[in-house]
Amino acid sequence: MGMTITEKIIAAHAGRDSVSPGDLVSVKVDLALANDITAPGSILEFNKVGVDSVFDRDKVVIVPDHFTPNRDIKSAEQAKMVREFAYEHELTNYFEIGRMGVEHALLPELGLVLPGDLAIGADSHTCTYGGLGAFSTGMGSTDLAAAWATGETWLKVPTNLKFNIEGKLGPWVSGKDIILYIIGKIGVDGALYKSMEFTGGTFRGLSMDSRFSVCNMAIEAGGKNGIIAADAETRAYVAERSSRPYTVYESDEDAEYEEVFEFSASDIELQIAFPHLPSNTRGLSEAGDVVIDQVVIGSCTNGRLEDLRTAAEILKGRQVDSRTRLIVIPATQAIYKQAMNEGLFEVFIDAGAAVSTPTCGPCLGGHMGVLAAGERALATTNRNFVGRMGHKDSEVYLAGPAVAAATAVVGKIAGPDSL
Amino acid sequence: MEISGKAHKFGRDIDTDIIIPAPYLTTFDPDELAAHCMEPLAPDFNERVEAGDIIVADENFGCGSSREHAPVAIKGTGISAVVAKSFARIFFRNAINTGLPILESPEAVDAINAGDQVKIDTTAGVITNVTTGKVFKVAPFPEFLAGVVEAGGLIEYTKRKVAG
Ligand code: SF4
Repeated sequence: MGMTITEKIIAAHAGRDSVSPGDLVSVKVDLALANDITAPGSILEFNKVGVDSVFDRDKVVIVPDHFTPNRDIKSAEQAKMVREFAYEHELTNYFEIGRMGVEHALLPELGLVLPGDLAIGADSHTCTYGGLGAFSTGMGSTDLAAAWATGETWLKVPTNLKFNIEGKLGPWVSGKDIILYIIGKIGVDGALYKSMEFTGGTFRGLSMDSRFSVCNMAIEAGGKNGIIAADAETRAYVAERSSRPYTVYESDEDAEYEEVFEFSASDIELQIAFPHLPSNTRGLSEAGDVVIDQVVIGSCTNGRLEDLRTAAEILKGRQVDSRTRLIVIPATQAIYKQAMNEGLFEVFIDAGAAVSTPTCGPCLGGHMGVLAAGERALATTNRNFVGRMGHKDSEVYLAGPAVAAATAVVGKIAGPDSL
Repeated sequence: MEISGKAHKFGRDIDTDIIIPAPYLTTFDPDELAAHCMEPLAPDFNERVEAGDIIVADENFGCGSSREHAPVAIKGTGISAVVAKSFARIFFRNAINTGLPILESPEAVDAINAGDQVKIDTTAGVITNVTTGKVFKVAPFPEFLAGVVEAGGLIEYTKRKVAG
């Protein structure tokens, strides 16, 4: 019986020739990540295990991105605890403010995750690295603590779903629209415990930034991981970032899928997820009249260069509506610098937007744009749960960067074509 | 383990931002977290729960973030187990790792009303609705997970492993 990429990567890290869905295996991890809100839990648990050091100081990664630059005294104390742990264990990959970025944008950018790797993180969007053809999945703080101590974790081999999309995407349609469209079709538990493999010509033509957006939101369908086989585009991306050898896996012809979904790219309109679930999607043409108080462009889903370029293209020479706030948050320092050099900040600032240092910030209602009762935001982030961005009586609409930029100009949900 | 308490019912897709909203994630203290557990849906949840009570919920309980604060907050309120039609994957792991008993039983969820008295035998995998007298069997954990639970959680399990 053939295997999928996901099964091949898990088997290779379990030291086995093959694995099948349902197998419980112990695997070696290539990278074990935590952030400023999950690492404190990992540290507390790690200290109970009774080992002197982490399994590999290059592979234990901590990115303080959620409540930093510190939101308040309590988050400052958490950040300090994390920092001290990183110093004590001489972690190579601890990223201080000023070098830090949103974790799932930062790690691929630095070449810390490569095709064929098995990465785990105490953050649910760790599944982002599937965009590189790696197996990556989110876990909790205690799971990470155990992995920091032993370099291993346990996994149940997931069953596989295949999403095959062919054809050319319409203008302004990006990875975010693809994944929102899929989640709209299958629901927030449509891929519960399962692997989501994305195949077909549409993905072959997709930028790395868009591939990361797609895999980033596998968790919003309940998926264990999302994965896109590495190709020439991936190799080119990786070549600029790492000299570490890596393995490119492909799914066998006779690999087994529980279900195969076939979609046509031309059916995928610009998408918006209405409150309060990422599966509550509508095409832009069905969005209706929705007044928006705040637009956020950023996060591990859409804070990358492609997203900022798209937004700037739409905002150039235009103004953010006088009753709307636009907050732009480049996901990493490198993206920030590149955007600055390309003149994108001038466009944003001339349009009347605020540009922030990298942080998760408003994405989880942390800081830098928390909503009041009754306020509505449209964001390029990934969750629109009740109270996600602030007050429980506020609302979050999810979309890609094109809709976000156009919405900021109109002050109502809009697409670039209506400008 | 024997558990017994009153049922608190919730719908489907109860996400981690409901279980414990992100602004409160600056501590792992169970009491502090419990004070905000389920706040967006039921601001008085912590006060309503009596030690031993049970959450009964529909599909996909615990979806969303990886925050382990979620099962810690639930335990902090005094809730002793969660019965759901299904659990989100990371929540499932976190519950096991932090010692919050979780049971998957669509039949039991449909047959338990809010306020019903419920008894659970986690070892035998039996849920009893004491109010109606109905009994439900739950599939046991796979052997490996049962080992983790039996060791008292993943850290104890890991301790034994590194000690060889
Ligand atoms: S940007 Fe949002 S979803 Fe991404 S890691 Fe940060 S808080 Fe989580």
